[in-house]
Amino acid sequence: MTTEVKGRFGRFGGQFVPETLMTALKELEEAYDKFKNDESFQQELRYYLKNYVGRETPLYFAERLTEACGGAKIYLKREDLNHTGAHKINNALGQALLAKRMGKKKIVAETGAGQHGVATATACALLNLECIVYMGAEDVKRQALNVFRMELLGTKVVAVEKGSATLKDAVNEALRHWVTNIDDTHYILGSALGPHPFPTIVRDFQRVIGDETRAQFLELENRLPNAIVACVGGGSNSIGMFYPFVQDTEVALYGVEAAGQGIETGKHAAAIQGGQTGVLHGAFMYLLQDENGFVTEAHSISAGLDYPGVGPEHCHLHETGRAIFDSVTDDQALEGVKMLCRTEGILPALESSHAVYYASQLAKTMSPDEILVICLSGRGDKDVHTISAALGGDLA
Amino acid sequence: MSQLKEAILSTTAKGDKAFIPYIMAGDGGLEKLQPTILKLQELGVTAIEVGIPFTDPVADGPTIERAGERALANGTTLRKVIETLTSFSEHIKVPLVAMTYLNPILAYGIEKFSEDAKLAGIKGIIIPDMPLEERDIVYTALKANDIALVQLVSLTSTPERIERLTKASEGFIYAVTVNGITGARSSFASKLEEHFKKIQEYSDTPVLAGFGISTPEHVKSFSDFSSGVIVGSKIVDSLVANDWATIEELVKASKVATVK
Repeated sequence: MTTEVKGRFGRFGGQFVPETLMTALKELEEAYDKFKNDESFQQELRYYLKNYVGRETPLYFAERLTEACGGAKIYLKREDLNHTGAHKINNALGQALLAKRMGKKKIVAETGAGQHGVATATACALLNLECIVYMGAEDVKRQALNVFRMELLGTKVVAVEKGSATLKDAVNEALRHWVTNIDDTHYILGSALGPHPFPTIVRDFQRVIGDETRAQFLELENRLPNAIVACVGGGSNSIGMFYPFVQDTEVALYGVEAAGQGIETGKHAAAIQGGQTGVLHGAFMYLLQDENGFVTEAHSISAGLDYPGVGPEHCHLHETGRAIFDSVTDDQALEGVKMLCRTEGILPALESSHAVYYASQLAKTMSPDEILVICLSGRGDKDVHTISAALGGDLA
Repeated sequence: MSQLKEAILSTTAKGDKAFIPYIMAGDGGLEKLQPTILKLQELGVTAIEVGIPFTDPVADGPTIERAGERALANGTTLRKVIETLTSFSEHIKVPLVAMTYLNPILAYGIEKFSEDAKLAGIKGIIIPDMPLEERDIVYTALKANDIALVQLVSLTSTPERIERLTKASEGFIYAVTVNGITGARSSFASKLEEHFKKIQEYSDTPVLAGFGISTPEHVKSFSDFSSGVIVGSKIVDSLVANDWATIEELVKASKVATVK
């Protein structure tokens, strides 16, 4: 499962970008290869992850959720307890430190739900880097709180009105910005997507989730879990969680895509379940598209899963059968929110709620001596307006 | 030698410079494609770059992106463009160069696309999101149908890459004149001449300048050190405004020997 020549995961991945970006990608690849094995870089990263982000995050036994589901013992990997409220900071901080080592003074990023934008804005404030974040105009509306947070942190947020005005259009604009300002700017891509070496870099900065989980299980239960469940949009929390377990074939890996209003309605964001292979944003991957190869709009109640593609390493895990991909609808995700709030007193992000709901169903099919872990990738404070509106409230 | 390269070399042999206008197929409706192409070839352009709209044109600036959105809105697809071109291909006298992102070709099927494109009069192709490293995906099928695969060389390309790109490029070498996306600009970097000389060192394939060229003065200034120019955004805007006088001025500026 390691990165092969040209950054391929099986037949997925690659570097499908304009020539202007090729030199920058090679430069990034070389810099990353150098620093990933550099002890002072790793030490600096560990320092900030521990003292600034608050790692390691707890692996928490969700006893009441387990009782409510009536099956496997359910654990939560609490990425929601990270500084800024989601796993996104792991990668944003890692890449910002890398940019600094590369001598880049400016950062560009895209954001969907705003979690990656907030994480990047945070890392840039911490490390004194100038930051600009592109965000789909639709998402700016849906995630006003995160826009305000980014601005407070000193980041310039640019609303993208083009196309579907969501995450994919924000990636387009961030790529254009990067092409135009290639000399002094690093692009902090937020998910395990895009051209090589991004999917590998993002995975490596997120694998701390899986590495900790693995060590925590060995300590708490003296064994590995039977199943891991994580939500998949671009797939950064899930690949970070899965990767350290890929060789442990007795551990079942479940990736949960967003089925939106239902895959059969066409209004969904499930690239693996409901897409075909194609090229977008630098990578060959499963992609929502029409018969003409035009990329179609993704739909999900969760802005963070609202992307028409999926990380190339996930595509490979799907094709080899190592991970199982399934999907959960908007309504089911809302059930997941309510369930976790009421059984455990934890408000999950809408993204993570997809994994919560799926796990609650999966647990029922498992026996009480089996163990399941959910990657709780983020907290749901940012989503309260959306959740309220969806449940018929008038908070918004 | 590809027909595209031949057309450019026969232009430069006369002492003129090659002029390749870019048009967005389907902007204003596909019915505009035939009259536009025929009128451009009447003006004496060397070849015509036919843009295929795409939902996520990351290499394009606002002018071409908007033209693409208009073309998509009226239902333009790669298949329909090929069909339309084929319907009047016997009238097309200049080589056509398709400019399309990779995914529409993958969806069409690479072999089928190459065969159909040949029948439509397409002699060359530019795929802006497919760097040299990935070209094996399409190369064999294009070659079998005599379609030249044009490589872009950017200001950021390292000397080692410039050598590989220029040696691999077919038809012509597309030298990107700015860091960034397509679109009109007022000024260019001062080191361009040197950059072009370096590119031309490795190959006898003509080097054409593109991105940001929007005035007759730009066209003339690139004449000094390139085999010609590609003009995109300015042509697209002029076609929308039906301003053929501007287009004529631009084409004339390339005819450094035959028009005084």
